[in-house]
Amino acid sequence: MQCPKCRGLMRTYERNGVHIDQCESCRGIFLDYGELETLTRIESQWSQQHHSAPPPPPPPVHGAPGWGAPHHGHYGHHRQRSWVGMLFST
Amino acid sequence: MIDAVEVPPPAPIQRYGGTGDGWFTWRVSDSDDLIDDLRRLAERHGDGPAEVIPTRPDVVIVRAGSIVVKAHGPGARREPLELRVRAAAHPALRGIVLGPVTEEVAVVRGRLVTVWPAGTPVDPGDPDAAPWTAAARLLARLHAVPARALPPLPPAGGPARVAATVARLEGRSPAADLVRRTLACLPLPGSPASPGDLPGGFPAPGARLPGPRVPLDSTGAPGHPGEPGASAAAGSLAHGDWHMGQLVSAGGEWTLIDIDDLGTGDPAWDLARPAAWFAAGLLEPSVWHGFLAAYRAAGGRAAGAEGDDPWPRLDLPAQAMTVQLAAASIDKAERAGRPLDEVEHALLDTCEKIARARNACHGAPAQ
Repeated sequence: MQCPKCRGLMRTYERNGVHIDQCESCRGIFLDYGELETLTRIESQWSQQHHSAPPPPPPPVHGAPGWGAPHHGHYGHHRQRSWVGMLFST
Repeated sequence: MIDAVEVPPPAPIQRYGGTGDGWFTWRVSDSDDLIDDLRRLAERHGDGPAEVIPTRPDVVIVRAGSIVVKAHGPGARREPLELRVRAAAHPALRGIVLGPVTEEVAVVRGRLVTVWPAGTPVDPGDPDAAPWTAAARLLARLHAVPARALPPLPPAGGPARVAATVARLEGRSPAADLVRRTLACLPLPGSPASPGDLPGGFPAPGARLPGPRVPLDSTGAPGHPGEPGASAAAGSLAHGDWHMGQLVSAGGEWTLIDIDDLGTGDPAWDLARPAAWFAAGLLEPSVWHGFLAAYRAAGGRAAGAEGDDPWPRLDLPAQAMTVQLAAASIDKAERAGRPLDEVEHALLDTCEKIARARNACHGAPAQ
């Protein structure tokens, strides 16, 4: 079979009962009728098995303000006089 | 008890020379006379030989055994100080703020002087051992005391100090200009960024800090006008100048000291220093998050409830504090004639980010 896009040679693979035709030059994939639905069904079965409950929402991340820079901190400064002075003085 | 503090050299000129903050200077003979009189006063109240305790340059502290006498800064005014000393003696603040030995405010050579129990400060030689959790709990307890439970108090320090610190900058260095420019971006009283200012430039006693008519959060979106803390700030107490030097251990428990800026106001300003240090990348995230968690677990609500994003409440105080810390540190460096170090550069970098974020806010279309 020839690729409908680039006229390259298409090779046929079979995965879990689904025929997949892939072009050897442009890597494009061609699905036969009904194969997309089969893939969708397999995918939803897989995710039901692995996520029987919907994942909990992630805890709110209130890490740092947008205007700050804690992700690249200056924590090597700890013996610097100016830091200790600032920590302890008005 | 103040075993962590070394007794300074006897010559006071070294402490009042150009090496420190340089806020106030006066003739050395005056400070000698002041210290002599303070020694006599301390020995009258105390139970040991008088010794001068090192502190910031505008203040003199003399200890005699179990008490200290404190000569407040030359600019201190009598009436607000008397109100604050009275509040510190009030039972509602027992165990939170160190109570005075006497509520009387003396005048020694033109300086206001108060008398306090001596305590052990946090050891500056071991900053990693600083009692962050104890501090967070004390601030939470202070903020939970309704202002109406106390005798009337003036507004807490905080907002006014920012502009005053920047105003002391003398140089026209790029660093000083950056600090001034950043301050101008902040919607603080008296700044061009605050069109809704009260006359006089400072908030009315107990008033919420005036800001833009629509509060802005860090993203420039309209903020949370109905949030509880903002409107409740009028009835809240704040220390007004909290940092690690404002704790002593007395009788085995940490308590807050230095009531010079105690008053009514937005307690979020008491969290502004650690918030600013964290935002500038100077305070380890684990220390900041532990401090905030301990504050909230002890009932502190100045940064919203547990689980809330604290930054809508902390952005402005922490940004203002970053400007203040940058101003104070470059002032120190310029007066000492030394280049800026890594810590000071971190503060300036953060100022630049603040100015950028705030200018982005101003440039945003009205919503």
